[in-house]
Amino acid sequence: MPKFQGVDYYNTDDLLSEDEILVRNTIREFVDENVVPIIEKHYRAGTFPLDLVPKMAELGLFGSTLPSKYGGAELNNVAYGLMMQELERGDSGVRSFASVQSGLVMYPIFTFGSDEQKDRWLPKLASGKAIGCFGLTEPDYGSNPGGMKTTAKKVKDGYVLNGAKMWITNGTLADVAVVWAKLDGEIKGFLVEKGMKGFEAPEMTGKHSLRASVTSELVFQDCLIPEENILPKSGGLKSPLMCLSQARYGIAWGAIGSAMACYDTALNYAKSRIQFDKPIAAFQLTQDKLVHMLTEITKAQLLCLQLGRLKDKGKARFTQISLAKRNNVYHALEIARSAREILGANGILDEYPVMRHSANLESVKTYEGTHEMHTLILGEDITGIGAFS
Amino acid sequence: MKIVVCVNHVPDTETKVKVGSDGVSIDKTGVNFIMNPYDEFGVEEALRVKQKHGGEVTAVSLGGDTHKETLRKALAMGVDKAVLLKDDSPRDSLSVAKALADYLKGISPDVLFFGKQSIDSDNGAVGSMVAELLGMPSVNVVVKLEIEGTTVKAEREIEGGHEKVETRLPVVITAQKGLNEPRYPSLKGIMAAKSKPIEEITPTPASLHVEVLAMRKPPAKSAGKILGTDASAVAELVRLLHEEAKVL
Repeated sequence: MPKFQGVDYYNTDDLLSEDEILVRNTIREFVDENVVPIIEKHYRAGTFPLDLVPKMAELGLFGSTLPSKYGGAELNNVAYGLMMQELERGDSGVRSFASVQSGLVMYPIFTFGSDEQKDRWLPKLASGKAIGCFGLTEPDYGSNPGGMKTTAKKVKDGYVLNGAKMWITNGTLADVAVVWAKLDGEIKGFLVEKGMKGFEAPEMTGKHSLRASVTSELVFQDCLIPEENILPKSGGLKSPLMCLSQARYGIAWGAIGSAMACYDTALNYAKSRIQFDKPIAAFQLTQDKLVHMLTEITKAQLLCLQLGRLKDKGKARFTQISLAKRNNVYHALEIARSAREILGANGILDEYPVMRHSANLESVKTYEGTHEMHTLILGEDITGIGAFS
Repeated sequence: MKIVVCVNHVPDTETKVKVGSDGVSIDKTGVNFIMNPYDEFGVEEALRVKQKHGGEVTAVSLGGDTHKETLRKALAMGVDKAVLLKDDSPRDSLSVAKALADYLKGISPDVLFFGKQSIDSDNGAVGSMVAELLGMPSVNVVVKLEIEGTTVKAEREIEGGHEKVETRLPVVITAQKGLNEPRYPSLKGIMAAKSKPIEEITPTPASLHVEVLAMRKPPAKSAGKILGTDASAVAELVRLLHEEAKVL
């Protein structure tokens, strides 16, 4: 396979600043040299490449939009998005790790945490010395997190947590879990630390998707956490949803990365695979698929770029993030499937990244708000009538 | 210590270049440009020399505004200052070397790094020419470098092996792959580089000694021949290598 050269049919690079391009190219090179060569092995074994964590931290990938005081690089949202795009071009699991660490752990500690919590956790999380996870979803409460059963009860020495969370990326690896529970009926955020009594985080097995990522359950049985581990500024379902907006924004970009990897693989394959004495790229049916892929990638790039610019101005609405997440992941999955078709039987082999991306995107389409829920969020926004509330 | 590294902005190694309509230069549309890979070894080594001996690293590039991208990368990797000798007129190696030397005279660097060649026109001449113009010793194709006091010990690649040499500061070093593993610019480095200025200077005008008359792509390769897939093809292969290819 020739080295990935990017997909930029509409000269969108002209809309990026020098430093945004440099961020993108740096992560691109990092992924080509450190993720692509090892990822299939981990995917097959069902393991997360933990040795990438210090390397990603050294580059400054975790909490990169936060102030430098807390170890952040103060990136703007477009540069952050481009970084997510390149990580997911490597693998959705690697991007998920960075998304969770940055958008779902560092962001809520930064936004809802006390100064002591920020000082204690953010530098460690930025340097990869601590790993975090985010516990919102429960076995019986996925799209409807407001119905959660996990509770926190105020006691003399702090809070006692009871309940269970499921589908938690990085759960088993995490040194700190941002856990959402109802305290007297109101959703609040809590920091639960590895090893606290009454807290277990067993890994979920048997996944056919996101195999290079750790997914866990979080189980709390009379788990006592100290008073200072509540996120003081959190309150209501809005708090975890603010975190999800951060992460969904990164996913909208990440999907472009997966799509690019699949398109690039399919294009190269189509030009070199000979059937009936000519490359299959010469056939109209193949060209139709390739053109469709390129068109959707180009549209997704423009969506994300404008969304990032809006976000930098503080003007992006969560419904706009829904639109980008919904559209880009949907099309990335379609692109991965078309790429698999172009590669024929070779498409199912792990010699090519296509089947892995396709299987990953099945999860990405569902997590962080299912495709259907984003449809309903947008439906409610434009009609003023909620279909689910 | 005054450390300078010269960096060039060149087409990506993976780019498929096309000859431009003028027939003497490449068509730059759709071509990715990067920091010359051998210059990356130069930047990394410059940063390591600074780390060990202190001082300041300046990156210098000769070319048009697009070269700022490569200078920005050098800044993001950690160099202290960047200078663009702004001129994108066509130049041969000597005219590049003269412009660089004229500028560098005023700086008198202790160590001056180049890549062993730029992967665009591949002359591999500028480093040595600048050394000559500045009256500095030069060591080319270097894979190992040690500086103690004013003594410079270097290992360079030669046909079939390595050669150890010793010289003194100030010195020109041209870097070969293997000298080091260049660092990635960190995101913080990239953001810090944003606020560092790139100084622009008008260099000595170009005076061409060598003119490019034409540029051509190599002829397309003809298709290979498969003689067989098992041992029975060996005899025929040997015969063809002997009689047709005449390599045996």
